[in-house]
Amino acid sequence: MTMQTPLYQAHIDAGARMVDFGGWQLPINYGSQIDEHNAVRTDAGMFDVSHMTVVEIQGPDARKYLAKLLANDVAKLQQAGKAMYSCMLNAEGGIIDDLITYYLNEEHFRVVVNAATHDKDMAWLEQQTSGYDVCVNERRDLVMLAVQGPQARQKVAAVLSAEKSEQVLALKIFQAAQIANMFIARTGYTGEDGFEIMLPPDAAPSFWEQLYDQGVQPCGLGARDTLRLEAGMNLYGQDMDETTSPLESGLGWTVAIKDDRDFIGRSALLVQRQAGLQKKLVGLVLEAKGVLRPQQKLLDADGKQVGVTTSGSFSPSLQKAIAMARIDITIEGNCLVDIRGRQLPVRIVKLPFVRNGKVGDGILS
Amino acid sequence: MEDMPENMYYTESHEWVKLDDGIATIGITDHAQGQLGDVVYVELPELGDGFVAGDPCAVVESVKAASDIYCPIGGEVVEVNEQLATAPETINDDAYGEGWLFRLKPEDASEVDGLMSPENYIAVNSSD
Repeated sequence: MTMQTPLYQAHIDAGARMVDFGGWQLPINYGSQIDEHNAVRTDAGMFDVSHMTVVEIQGPDARKYLAKLLANDVAKLQQAGKAMYSCMLNAEGGIIDDLITYYLNEEHFRVVVNAATHDKDMAWLEQQTSGYDVCVNERRDLVMLAVQGPQARQKVAAVLSAEKSEQVLALKIFQAAQIANMFIARTGYTGEDGFEIMLPPDAAPSFWEQLYDQGVQPCGLGARDTLRLEAGMNLYGQDMDETTSPLESGLGWTVAIKDDRDFIGRSALLVQRQAGLQKKLVGLVLEAKGVLRPQQKLLDADGKQVGVTTSGSFSPSLQKAIAMARIDITIEGNCLVDIRGRQLPVRIVKLPFVRNGKVGDGILS
Repeated sequence: MEDMPENMYYTESHEWVKLDDGIATIGITDHAQGQLGDVVYVELPELGDGFVAGDPCAVVESVKAASDIYCPIGGEVVEVNEQLATAPETINDDAYGEGWLFRLKPEDASEVDGLMSPENYIAVNSSD
């Protein structure tokens, strides 16, 4: 059985084409997903991300528990509302999931994990509590709405009272605050400024309606995917999984390994680093007509396979096909992609492709 | 799906065929373009290519997915829609008209008798 979010009717009313995503009925697009994508790059769009799993980590050992669980260092979170991106790893250094952790107070952290990995994440979080005075509780009573784009913050502020909007506009990047009945975080998954907002289900439809009246474009999973791909943000299950480490997934920056904090996966990452990394995650731009897709083979000039695409699509911002790919660490410059037996040239680029409405240096050559 | 042209024949894999003066024009249904979403690239056959019914003959790629197009009837390709190279979104805008894919000279035009009427196509796809 698939689940519906409290905004289901709002999506249907807005003309959404619904799909099953990780057990949830969610909009894939409302009309043109390219228009939705462009609205987020140039103005403001909103996504129902209520399928994502919100988990409260509470108790005297909450910080100690997260220090063990996360590859990034929870000690970086010292200010109420501060957010941190991290992976949680298995003992082999493989990625169980990527998540955002919010610091609420010394005995209360909130994490947001992926919907598709819900069951294994909850089991893992629960399993690791052993030996810690900590409780893990999933919140099923929150709607989560991502409002993203250069005008997103102003448009959210416009539907709030003067006092609340002042608080909301004062939020710094990667910072959240509970403002009346809404938990508002200046985070996102599009490469644009904006908020991710958690609120009670009964307040959600009218809030959605107010944002809609402000001209915030409803956006589906289709636009969410092309936006995050252009922003060079990994998708769990495609660009990384339990067989890949953060070091091979472009996420070395999220691994706090310099001090001697003993987190799960640390020793495996140290071994991997000493042995030398074999693979890296890069961006690709197709230098021919066509569309890049996940799991296309990458070849060198001699026809030897040197990697594989992990995500790929058509980039509305660049009007070209782009991809993320895991390739041999030595490969630079150009290689070939096999699309239905034809070998086409691709150029290796540094991620991201697009951030804050601007195309990255060297992306368009 | 109510507005499907009556003078076309339809396949389960969402292609349409129209016969005019012994030449078959082939495209994808409006229902199919809706499912695919924004079309961004079309790989068309070459002039002179020969197909039998059911052969993969083209690929329509949207932002979301690549979709194989299967030749509804056998024949030889005599014309392709060049406009799609620069304006693939024409398929979204006008699936039964300007968004046609290619034309072929049928080996046996009576093969269309094995295809579906608009009513049958709607009946098969009404659950989507």
